Amino acid sequence: MDERDRAIVNALQGGFPLCERPYRAAAASLGMSEEELIARLGALLESGVLTRFGPMFQAERMGGAFLLAALRVPEPDYERVAACVNAAPEVAHNYRREHEFNMWFVLAAQDGARIDAAIARIEAQTGLALYAFPKLKEYFVGMKLDA
Amino acid sequence: MPELDPVDRALVLETQAGLPLAPQPYHALAARLGIAPEEVMHRLQRMLDEGIIRRIGAVPNHYALGYTANGMSVWDVDDIEVDALGARVGALAFVTHCYRRTRHPPEWPYNLFAMLHGRSREQVEEGVGRIAALLGAACRAHEVLYSRRILKKTGLRITA
Repeated sequence: MDERDRAIVNALQGGFPLCERPYRAAAASLGMSEEELIARLGALLESGVLTRFGPMFQAERMGGAFLLAALRVPEPDYERVAACVNAAPEVAHNYRREHEFNMWFVLAAQDGARIDAAIARIEAQTGLALYAFPKLKEYFVGMKLDA
Repeated sequence: MPELDPVDRALVLETQAGLPLAPQPYHALAARLGIAPEEVMHRLQRMLDEGIIRRIGAVPNHYALGYTANGMSVWDVDDIEVDALGARVGALAFVTHCYRRTRHPPEWPYNLFAMLHGRSREQVEEGVGRIAALLGAACRAHEVLYSRRILKKTGLRITA
């Protein structure tokens, strides 16, 4: 990644224009040609610096229900419980974290009833109490990472 | 909740993996969907206005940019002050997500969650210190939960 790539990543984490030639418009503000911007974006995607270039959707607004949940998993049992939780199709991401609450995952389903069913199933299969952390308010979600 | 009609859903499906890397990406989408390019732009603008689309642009991979330390900081903040303070915490440059969530006392007294990404734990700790200073006496306790391993990551996507 060189300086021009860095400029692209820093400048284009949002605000990509909705117009006939958006790459040309964005390229102009970066002082490069449309061809160069498209080629560099392709290379940044190819090398994995960017996971995606396009709209970032707020999944909750498209319908469906989401829930952050955690388990306090006894260490000797960790792999078994991780396999159980990961097997649930409702589990979108699952992270191991350093804490007594050591497994954190997001459940996603069409509606709240399906989330409740997934909770009951995970509790039955793991033998652990699931802690639900519904979102009461969102203050910010975004990316402001400097390349 | 804003409704997605079938054309919106088709547009989401066509773009959730990314925009075409072609000089006229909205025209390319329009051709695939059988609608006018103006309608593609109009619908994307409407979804931006409604918050269905947070933004359009580059989605970086944290790890590839060197942001390898990821800490979920959690704070027990006075209920009266949490909304005003949460908005200020969310505005800090190093905070990528910030939410108010349910407490589970006594094991879990925390109601404010702020995700921090840094190039090192020291950088994350520095951010935690700045949040602590901002919250001041309104915060009774806090912890940082570092991620140790991604167990699963499929992402949130709609399917046809």
